Order: sequence, then C-alpha cells, then structure tokens
Amino acid sequence: MFHWLEQKPFFFAVVLFLTIAFAGIIEVIPDFAKQSQPTVGTKPYTTLELAGRHVYIKDSCNACHSQLIRPFKSETDRYGMYSLSGEYAYDRPFLWGSKRTGPDLMRVGNYRTTDWHENHMMNPASVVPGTVMPAYPHMFTNIADIETAYAEAYTVKAVFGVPYDAEGMPKLGTLEEAQADAMAQAKLIAADMKNQSVKDAVANGQVPEIVALIAYLNSLK
Amino acid sequence: MQSNAQLEYDYSIVKAFTFTTILFGIIGMLVGVILAFQLAFPELSNLAGEYGTFGRLRPLHTNGVAFGFTLSGIFATWYYVGQRVLKMSLNESKFLMTVAKLHFALYFITILLAVVTLILGITTSKEYAELEWPLDLLVVVWWVLWGVAMFGMIGMRRERTIYVSIWYFMSSFLAVAMLYLFNNMEVPTALVSGYGSVMHSVSMYAGTNDALVQWWYGHNAVAFVFTTPIIGMIYYFLPKESGQNVFSYKLSVLAFWGLMFVYLWAGGHHLIYSTVPDWMQTMGSVMSVVLILPSWGSAINMLLTMKGEWQQLQTSPLIKFMILASTFYMLSTIEGPIQAIKSVNAIAHFTDWIPGHVHDGVLGWVGFMTMAALFHMAPRIFKREIYSKSLMETQFWIQTVAIVLYFTSMWIAGITQGMMWRAYDEYGSLLYSFIDTVTVLQPYYTIRAVGGLLYLVGFFMFAYNIYKTATSGRVLDKEPVNASPMAS
Repeated sequence: MFHWLEQKPFFFAVVLFLTIAFAGIIEVIPDFAKQSQPTVGTKPYTTLELAGRHVYIKDSCNACHSQLIRPFKSETDRYGMYSLSGEYAYDRPFLWGSKRTGPDLMRVGNYRTTDWHENHMMNPASVVPGTVMPAYPHMFTNIADIETAYAEAYTVKAVFGVPYDAEGMPKLGTLEEAQADAMAQAKLIAADMKNQSVKDAVANGQVPEIVALIAYLNSLK
Repeated sequence: MQSNAQLEYDYSIVKAFTFTTILFGIIGMLVGVILAFQLAFPELSNLAGEYGTFGRLRPLHTNGVAFGFTLSGIFATWYYVGQRVLKMSLNESKFLMTVAKLHFALYFITILLAVVTLILGITTSKEYAELEWPLDLLVVVWWVLWGVAMFGMIGMRRERTIYVSIWYFMSSFLAVAMLYLFNNMEVPTALVSGYGSVMHSVSMYAGTNDALVQWWYGHNAVAFVFTTPIIGMIYYFLPKESGQNVFSYKLSVLAFWGLMFVYLWAGGHHLIYSTVPDWMQTMGSVMSVVLILPSWGSAINMLLTMKGEWQQLQTSPLIKFMILASTFYMLSTIEGPIQAIKSVNAIAHFTDWIPGHVHDGVLGWVGFMTMAALFHMAPRIFKREIYSKSLMETQFWIQTVAIVLYFTSMWIAGITQGMMWRAYDEYGSLLYSFIDTVTVLQPYYTIRAVGGLLYLVGFFMFAYNIYKTATSGRVLDKEPVNASPMAS
C-alpha cells in the first residue's frame, strides 16, 4: 500500500512531520491574538507580588493547587466567580495546575487573610486538621529574590509591552525604586504578621519568602 | 549484503543507555513512592526540610521517570533495534559512533543537572517542561544529535524498506522536537534586564495561550515519549521473541498514520471547561474518542501476532510482560477517551483518577514493555543467558498486583472526591468542606502507596536480574534467534 513511501525515508519524514504538525497549525495559531486581552481591571503584578509568585513556583504549589474555576455551580459556590480568559493576561507562565490535592486558589485573596496564611504556612494542620499539606517553615527564613522579580517585570515590559508605569497601573521604575516599593508593600504585610524574626528581617530591609508569597496570595482575587 | 556475512553490531551505546534506564528508573520510582507515602502520611513531608516537600519532589519524579527512565529505554532500544533492522553497524562509521557517544554523554549530564536544579526549586512550573532555559538548550543539542544519529543510520542502511519500528521512533524524534521547541519558548530575564538570577526566564506566552501551548505539548509529550516509541519497541521485540510474524501489515500502516494524524488534536481534552475556546475543547473531546481506533489497531495487531502461539504465554515470562503491556495499553487508551468526554471530565478533572489513568499506562504499558525490551536485549548485548527465570516470574506477578492496587485505588479516590466536590444538601448548600474530601482519601492513598512500593520492589528485582545476567549469566556461544534463553 505505502511500500514506495517506506523506501524513501527522508520523504517519509517530511510527510510524517506535516501530518503531525497539521493539528497544531489549525488549533494553536489562529487563536493567539485574541485570547491575551486583559479583562477590564486586570493589572500586572507588583514587584513584591511577582517575587511571591516565584516562591509559589519554586515550591511547585501548582502541583496541588489549581487556579482555574470551572463554570459549575459547585465551583462558583466554593471558590467564587468562574475564571475568564482575560484575567490571565499577565500570567507568565499560567498556573492553572492539573490536580486539586488542595483547593483552588484563583480568588483566595477574597476569603483568606495575611494572618490565616501565616499560621497555615507555618503549620497547616494547626489551621486545617487532617490536611496533607507540608509545613513551610523555610519560607520564614529564606529571603525572597526581589531583584529577579524586577528583572522579570522589566523584561515583560520591554519585550511584551506589559503596561507597567502606565496610568493606573503598578509603578516599576528603576531597580532602586522597585525595591523601595516592594519594601513598602512588605512592611504593610509584616505589620499584620506576628512572627518576630519576619518582622525583624523586614525592619532590616530584607523580605522573607513568606511575606512575598502572602502578597501574591492576597493579590489573587 | 550477503546473508552469510555476519554484521558485528556495536552495543556500547546500548549498554550505556541500559545502565541509565535502570539508574534513573530506580531514582524516579523511588521518589514516586516517597510522594505516595507523603500523601497517605503527611508527617513524612517535612523530613528533609524544604528539599523534601511534595512540591519539590513531584517534578523530580515526573522528569525522572519520563526523561530519565523512559527516554533512556527509548534510546537504548533505538540504538539496538535501529542497527538491526537497518542492517548497519555503528562501528562502520566513526562519525555516527562519535555522535552517539556525545548524545549519551550530554543526555546523562542534562539529567543529573535536572535533578540538582529541580531539588533547588529552579523550575518554569510548566508540567514536564520544568527545566529552565540553559538545560533546555542542552536538551535541544542532544535531541539534534539523536536525530543526526537516526537519519545517519537510516542513510547507511542496507535494508531498503524501513520497518514499522523505525517509523515510530522517527515520529518521536520529529514530534518532540517541534513540541519541545515551541512550548519552551522563553526569554531569559537576566539577559534582557541585566539583573537577577541567570537561571530565570519568562514564558513567551501569557495565560490562556500559555495553557494552550503547554497542553498541546503536555499531552503529546505523553504521545511521543510514552506511546509511539513504545509501540516501536513492541513491533520489534514481540515478533522477535515469539518467532511470529506481525499479524497484519495493513493494520500497522493504518494504525500508524491514524495515530499520527489524530493524536495532536486531543491535547484540548486537558482544558475542558477552562477558558480556551469551546470549539477547541469539543475538538479535543471528539478526537480523543477517535483516538481509540488507531490505538487499539496497534494493540490488536500485537495480540493477534500471538495467534496460534498462545502457549508461549505459559512458558515465557518475557512474552507475558509484553502481552500484559499491550493489554494495559488498551485499557489506558479506552480510559483516556472516557475521561475526555465532557460530562465525565467534569467529575474526573483535577482528581486522583487522572494520576490513576497515567499510571496504568506508564506502569503497565511503558514500564513493562521497556523492561521486556531490556530482558530481550540482555542475552544479545552481554552474550549471556538471562540469570533467573523464576525471579522474572515473581517480578511479573508482584508488579501486576502493584498496578492493579494502584489504579483501582485511584479510580475510587478520584470518583469519590469528584462526586463529593459537587454534592449539595437539601437546602442547596455544599455538603462537604474541602478538607472532608481530602481526609476521606486516606485509605486509598495508603493502598496506592503500597502498590507503588510493590512496583519498586519488582523494579529492584529486575535491576538485580539484569546485573547478574551481565556479570555471571552462563556465557552463550551463539546469539539466540527467537526466545531468549534463561536459567531457571
């Protein structure tokens, strides 16, 4: 049937590649432009929130927590309004996850507080008995990487035109300015926390990972 | 080529990749077992500080078994099957030999670096594409080297028609090259801004687009790492070991081109009820169901290859491994389409039924077939008899029980949780808080962990058997033609 093709392996490879690539060309490309429009009100993350997002990624929180609310009553009752495409316009990478070992976090900022997260991250079982979540005490001592967060914000602004510094959008500015803004935001969060070493670190101009992470989680609405 | 002039195949690269298959298999599966026990007994999550948490270890497990164990197995069998069905030897070409050695060396280094970076939390977070950009570049280099070796070997062949196994290996090379490149498009932030960590990068795609590209990749990485090369293996090793002809050439052609055309469409089934356009979700759903045809085409072709020779199933554990692998392939490829149906997906998505599905595929199909291939190759590459048949039999039954424990517990866990998430009481309030749906899973998590542990025990038996074969099996005076010789 196809004997002739099977004797011409290089031509075979070309035909094979076209067959494989076909679906991607039809599915992926046409939709690219219109999917990444931000919904009204969606803003890029501040430097501190971005640093928190990096902590979230570093410890693969997305391995167990989704950020995608499906349009079912049981999900909107539990987690809030179902997700819209435009809400993800500044999410690079997306963090939808594929498994809910723990609950969805898309709008966790609406119903959890700094205080709740502080207790929960230090010892999840003290807040949610029966939980299978690990404790994250190292986040209270590790220092968040604000400079890399700035580097990312700078890059997405320069390369992808993310509207930092635009009117009504988060300010980015120079590294020094961004660091100062991140410190200011960190101080507000630390003021709501009770862990003394975290408070001391922030007072000394350092941002523990937990502070950045809470800033990020609080921004999820 | 005259039939009486014996080609001397070069198995040095095959042996190297056989070694890494076993090494990375042990590491990847061990981490998997640890993860399984952590879910059943959460106090185990904090034994190694930040380096032992579920989140840090999970990418290590998935990358370890997919790109450590499975890819090693694919490369080992490629360099074995490739030489033999193309009727050429690597030692005929200094260039290809060098390429193959470089391929192995760079691959090995990359996987070791992957282990280190993932433990440190250096990850892009995109599933099965977690490695950061410097490692991605390394991957591209050795993937291209594999391609050079592959097409170089094909160019030197003495057999005019390329055998079906070669088609499948070729499809893996081409598809993964395309998918990996596009999904890992990322901008290193330090290079653009001059600040921050050199290892950090940001995805070229945002939000829904990123999800779309990721699952176009993620689903098809499964296709072209866990499926097509393994089909390539069974098309060679089952007929060879059993001494039977492939049942139908037409069916193999149909199943091959069908699979190639349909598989890529099915990625959308990972995004059902998400924010990607509806037509794509439906397309993913429909094509997933269509996918049953080419998948079962190959599997049935393999089962019917045994026609009239089923008694070999009683006498040879190696045949048992391959037939059960093919059967698990059928189970997995009917289960996947069922989960892709929208109404089923509404319950199954985000639950443990998904890892359950993945594992009946990878433990039953990929794992069994890869180990069977290595068992078949061992007497040929080491020129020794397989060390112990009874050990192989024991391993077979331990691992079969392991897989059954694994997927049955995860089926129950997944459906239980999916139903509890959506349960309402008589007043129209949600019946369960989230934690209720977690604590109820504890017994199933325990059963799964025991299943995983049994599989790992079986894998150690496999490793021991291969090691003893290589070092102290009875030396063979000539290469076996079909059934692999094994000491009782």
